[in-house]
Amino acid sequence: MIESTPSPVLTKKDFVSDMQVKWCPGCGDYSILAALQTVLPKLGIPKEKFAIISGIGCSSRFPYYMDTYGFHTIHGRATAIATGTKLANPDLQVWVITGDGDGLSIGGNHMLHVLRRNVDVKIILFNNEIYGLTKGQFSPTSPMGLKTKTSPMGNVDRPLSPVSVALASGAGFVARTSDNDVKHLSAVLEAAAKFKGSAFIEVLQNCVIFNDGAHQDFYGSQTRKENALYLENGKPLVYGAEGQKGLVHKGFAIDCVDLDDSNRGQVLTHDTTEATGTLAWTLSQFDYPEKPVPLGIFRSVERPAFHEMIDSQIAEARKARGTGDLERLLNSGITWTVD
Amino acid sequence: MSDQTSQTILAPDGKKESVELESVTIRFAGDSGDGMQLTGTQFTDEAAFLGNDLATLPDYPSEIRAPAGTIAGVSAFQLHFASQDIKTPGDDLDVLVAMNAAALKVNLRDLKDGGIILVDLDGFKEKDLEKAGYAANPLDDGSLGKYRIIRVDITEHTVRAVEPAGVSAKNAGRCKNFFTLGMMYWLYGREPKNTIEWIRKKFAKKPDIAQANEAAVVAGYSYCDTVELFETTYVVPKAPLMKGTYKRISGNEATALGFVAASVQAKKQLFLGSYPITPATDILNELAAQKHFGIRTFQAEDEIAGACSAIGAAFAGNIAITTTSGPGVCLKSEAMNLAVMAELPVVIVNVQRGGPSTGMPTKTEQSDLLQALYGRNGDSPMPVIAAKTPGDCFWAALEATKIAVEYMTPVVLLTDGYIANGAEPFRIPEIEDLPKIEVVYAQDPLTFKPYLRNAKGARPWAIPGTPGLEHRIGGLEKVSPSGTVSHDPENHQKMTIERHEKVASIQTHVGPTRIDGCHEGDLLVISWGGTYGAVSTAVDRLLAEGKKVGHVHLRWINPLPNDLEQVMDRYKQILVPELNVGQLKLYLTGKFGRKMHGLGKVMGKPFKISELVKYMNSMLEAKA
Repeated sequence: MIESTPSPVLTKKDFVSDMQVKWCPGCGDYSILAALQTVLPKLGIPKEKFAIISGIGCSSRFPYYMDTYGFHTIHGRATAIATGTKLANPDLQVWVITGDGDGLSIGGNHMLHVLRRNVDVKIILFNNEIYGLTKGQFSPTSPMGLKTKTSPMGNVDRPLSPVSVALASGAGFVARTSDNDVKHLSAVLEAAAKFKGSAFIEVLQNCVIFNDGAHQDFYGSQTRKENALYLENGKPLVYGAEGQKGLVHKGFAIDCVDLDDSNRGQVLTHDTTEATGTLAWTLSQFDYPEKPVPLGIFRSVERPAFHEMIDSQIAEARKARGTGDLERLLNSGITWTVD
Repeated sequence: MSDQTSQTILAPDGKKESVELESVTIRFAGDSGDGMQLTGTQFTDEAAFLGNDLATLPDYPSEIRAPAGTIAGVSAFQLHFASQDIKTPGDDLDVLVAMNAAALKVNLRDLKDGGIILVDLDGFKEKDLEKAGYAANPLDDGSLGKYRIIRVDITEHTVRAVEPAGVSAKNAGRCKNFFTLGMMYWLYGREPKNTIEWIRKKFAKKPDIAQANEAAVVAGYSYCDTVELFETTYVVPKAPLMKGTYKRISGNEATALGFVAASVQAKKQLFLGSYPITPATDILNELAAQKHFGIRTFQAEDEIAGACSAIGAAFAGNIAITTTSGPGVCLKSEAMNLAVMAELPVVIVNVQRGGPSTGMPTKTEQSDLLQALYGRNGDSPMPVIAAKTPGDCFWAALEATKIAVEYMTPVVLLTDGYIANGAEPFRIPEIEDLPKIEVVYAQDPLTFKPYLRNAKGARPWAIPGTPGLEHRIGGLEKVSPSGTVSHDPENHQKMTIERHEKVASIQTHVGPTRIDGCHEGDLLVISWGGTYGAVSTAVDRLLAEGKKVGHVHLRWINPLPNDLEQVMDRYKQILVPELNVGQLKLYLTGKFGRKMHGLGKVMGKPFKISELVKYMNSMLEAKA
């Protein structure tokens, strides 16, 4: 439980560390850093209660730039380390910073399990569809055909959708946002921070050096108007500059159609609380250019967090057996005395 | 029957002659499904009640149920009980209980000449002989001439005895281990009273099974009383154990208990991140059952997550541990190095087993020593402590934790399958006799620097949640004391040395070398870990023969006691026996450049006292 104790009003400045930021000029990471530094002071949580834990990769330098408790760990394992930190002290708000390689390749296994267990950590996955720190190799989200240093004739690995992975793992909160839409990014981060349980946020992030423009076709200030689908709970699933396109049922699938008076009434309404996650899953499988790219919150369904269940078992055990007594434990079982 | 001289006395009932013995070694062997571990444990508890000193060694296959009646499916439990101080489960057997032909075939080689073989004839039918690979029935072909064979159709007697309980034919047959236990109780003059109590409690919800098992154990006992199978019964009197309250404890139980004690002593929450692996899993099982101590046990998705979650918990201020066996350490090594670099206290327990790779999961070995010392990238100093007996695992777990938190370092605790699964009487300590463990979290924002070292070389433990101490740590090299990331060449040199010096300074805690036996002389035996019992007993035998032998058993392998080199110089020869092909020997040779003899055994079994005595004598004779 995070208690909102009255404390001095925090500002962005309180979350800026004295370490010089060393990402490449123009890197999308800067805006994500700024967004989180803006969101955290708004939560009413004392600064010392944040722990930011990262793995390895460009994005994983993130904790050094935040003036909170931070831990820059090893490749792919931030989620496992964060699990230990959260269980050890549930009073902390724990954030995990990872990337498409760190979180979905080497750390794919831990990602699956942290989400299925509903460990109350907020995971920001920076997706630039490339390995940046090792200077440009294809990642598990790189599109097929992408030519990189390790795929000179084109990538033959089928990419996976981070949002689909999170949903399939049973994450309670799943969202996608982008590094270049600060307002949207901040709103999603804030919603994740306030969600109880595992929150997974894919941030479409631009690597200016090794994969510049990877998301440009749907997240540029102009292209997003046409090709991004903004998800808002309870609102119709429409997109296009004039809202002229919408999503309708077509059998078990969802079709994207030009809207007119005849079909406007059939447009689906977004529902982040839908228990089965069917809608969220279908949206997560949307592939550009056949479909628009959904941005926003796919799913937000709360259930007991991992630490709550563990803590309640401890409380239950103490109720049944009393708080652990070492002397009693040492002398438990079959004993005998030698005089 | 045993090594010692025996004397014949009258049994209390005046009917049978009873022979007093100093020690007896029994091995119960049968199919994995025959309940041999249970039989052995019950006999052990009874021996403990009667005040014997004891040591046990379970030996079971890695398959849960290998095909019935085959060599691969043989499961055994060895028990050594005595009226004197003993430190091993015994070299050779006085009694072998063989529930089938395969059990006989696998275990016969360890039986003493003149030893007793108790067989269940039901396990020696044509099919059983075939599965065990016997061309002819060994019970009939004269090949067992030098032993005393007791043939009983145990299964048939059991089925008849349990008939009134009305259990199914299958369940009736399964009571045969209790019939066997009853027979052994009779042979060693022990009443089945406690076992009957145990049965009634254990099967309280299945009264028919309880009745059947009880009937079986009583029938086994009465059968011996009626039928003249044995000429004598045997008595093993009480051992002169130190005053106190005892319980039977296995190494894994003791390890778990040690960590609970460590967390209580440190007044901090205990966190275990672990992944099930033979033979270490029981530590996780044990701690998962102690939730009322506030212990968080986390069964992770893999070995890596087990170690990583422990590191995350240490970052948050918990007493953090991870438990595994050798292959698990391979996976954890990158995380262990993170703890070295971030200087966080984590205890990594390796219950060693036969390797490399999957190796022999249920068999013991000491072959992960160099892995513990050096199995990581970079210059990565790691304190390493090894427990010497099942009960000592308790003390070693406490000590490992104390060093980890007081020096802010990961610590490897090595045990092995032999002491982890073996059991012995454990003298329950008084709380005030437990070591104090001092944990001080940093609090003061004015003086705090992440890598500002104290007199021990430890950096401060500043846990998230402490106002004003927000800081960043990680796997990248840091500047001391500020903790900022640095690739500066001089700084890396300085930090590498600081990390080494910190671990080396644990020597103050380790203290001087403890020598048993002669403090100078012809032979110095240096051992470590679970071979303690066999090596010290072997040395004692040589000392009793007047040989000038000294024994140093290393508890801390890194750092070593600072006077070890001088101690070595006082002997003409040095022997390093270990259950690997010379890892401690290589380590000591590298450090001190002395000529040493190695005795390496890698058969998945502990040393026998006799083989150590023989080797030591051969060394002494060669130099004489």
